[in-house]
Amino acid sequence: MIEVKELRRSFGPIVAVDGISFDVEKGDVLGFLGPNGAGKTTVMRILACFLAPDSGTATICGYDILRSPVQVRRSLGYLAENAPAYNEMTVGAFLKFVCDVRRITGKKRKQSLDRIVPMCAIESVYHQTIETLSKGYQRRVGLAQALIHDPDVLILDEPTDGLDPNQKHEVRKLINEMASDKGIIVSTHILEEVEAVCSRTIIISRGRILVDSTPEKLKQKYHCSLDEVFRKITRAKVA
Amino acid sequence: MHSFLAVFKRELKSYFTTPLAYVFLVIFLFFSGYLTFKQGFYEMRQADMRAFFLNLPLLFVFMVPATAMRLWAEERKIGSIELLLTLPITVTQAVLGKFLAAWLFLAIALALTFPMAITVCYLGDPDVGLIITGYIGSLLMAGGFLAIGCFFSAASKSQVISFVLSVVACAVLVFAGMPTTLNYLSTFLPAGLVSAIESMSFQTHFESIQKGVLEFKDLSYFVLLIVGWVAAGSIVLNERKAG
Repeated sequence: MIEVKELRRSFGPIVAVDGISFDVEKGDVLGFLGPNGAGKTTVMRILACFLAPDSGTATICGYDILRSPVQVRRSLGYLAENAPAYNEMTVGAFLKFVCDVRRITGKKRKQSLDRIVPMCAIESVYHQTIETLSKGYQRRVGLAQALIHDPDVLILDEPTDGLDPNQKHEVRKLINEMASDKGIIVSTHILEEVEAVCSRTIIISRGRILVDSTPEKLKQKYHCSLDEVFRKITRAKVA
Repeated sequence: MHSFLAVFKRELKSYFTTPLAYVFLVIFLFFSGYLTFKQGFYEMRQADMRAFFLNLPLLFVFMVPATAMRLWAEERKIGSIELLLTLPITVTQAVLGKFLAAWLFLAIALALTFPMAITVCYLGDPDVGLIITGYIGSLLMAGGFLAIGCFFSAASKSQVISFVLSVVACAVLVFAGMPTTLNYLSTFLPAGLVSAIESMSFQTHFESIQKGVLEFKDLSYFVLLIVGWVAAGSIVLNERKAG
């Protein structure tokens, strides 16, 4: 569903992404790990056609990110870091706006809203403006926005950042429920999350892939917790 | 609904869900009236709206960049641009949607000056055609200023910087056509250059429309200006959206 080929992108002298390639199949939940500044967000932004790569390309659901960015975004649900939204709008108005842009109208719009609002547990704040919501609720509104068109591919940049333990659990449950018929990429700093939801994990540092494996295999290979694996790999290779 | 319309609708609504629209409308309507009467609307003893239209360029130099500055600078600052431009929509559609929404907002502001037209009609027997072309000219000028403001808003993350730059750019384009400027320039520039500067100015074309004739050269001036600045704005935005 997602094929990434030799992506490269630099910002001035800083090389953010340096030749990254991987595939994600249907049913995969790919955990995207790496220290701060490793290039996770840049890769995700390139896949969401928000940034253009300097070289290399990727296809999502068969559409090339460079040649047909609008089709890519149509089949993609993307939650950006910090879940940006129009803060002066109410949750309902905001979700309706997203539906309009995605051309979900009339009865279908109502159905989508009826499905997504309980799914993300935002009924109680539906009529509040987004700026008055807590961080956790803002995240959930962002998640609702990314899921509203039931996309085949989901890209979530730190979806559980700022959530309380209960909410984290809910989001992970949500991801697990959806996993079977979608291709999902999740970036995170929380390693227990990788064990809880991911079927595969990629560790990147300084724009390069260091490891492409599964959480279980990694633990077996290094005989320790994922936390330590992460430290061993990123520190050794970076130094 | 077409994605472009969705952006257009949201943008227009956002003016009225924040105090921005009301503050803008009150101040604009107050000053457009105040300047008209200060110019001697009654003393002229003529049933036309010259005094009203005469002041609009000056008022627009400040008011239009104030509307335009938030268009993209705010989106980039709070990061919602990453949401908007990862929805299935092209940059051009987004830019046009926002631009036209802001233009319609300015059209509403202009339309709300209707009491002035009513007053003139009540007091005398004005040339309605002249009033209509006056409004068309004002709307085109608002669009031109807005396109400039839209460009600077896309170019800078800071609303203040985009405001200041667009005020300067608009003011230069207005004052380049003022007789005082032209007289001064003609003391040391060749006549051809002076008339080139004159024909690039807002003022010249705006006044020409004020005379009641919609000429092709004036219309094409505004259309080219708007298309050019909006296109430049979308190119800059595409380059800098993630920065």
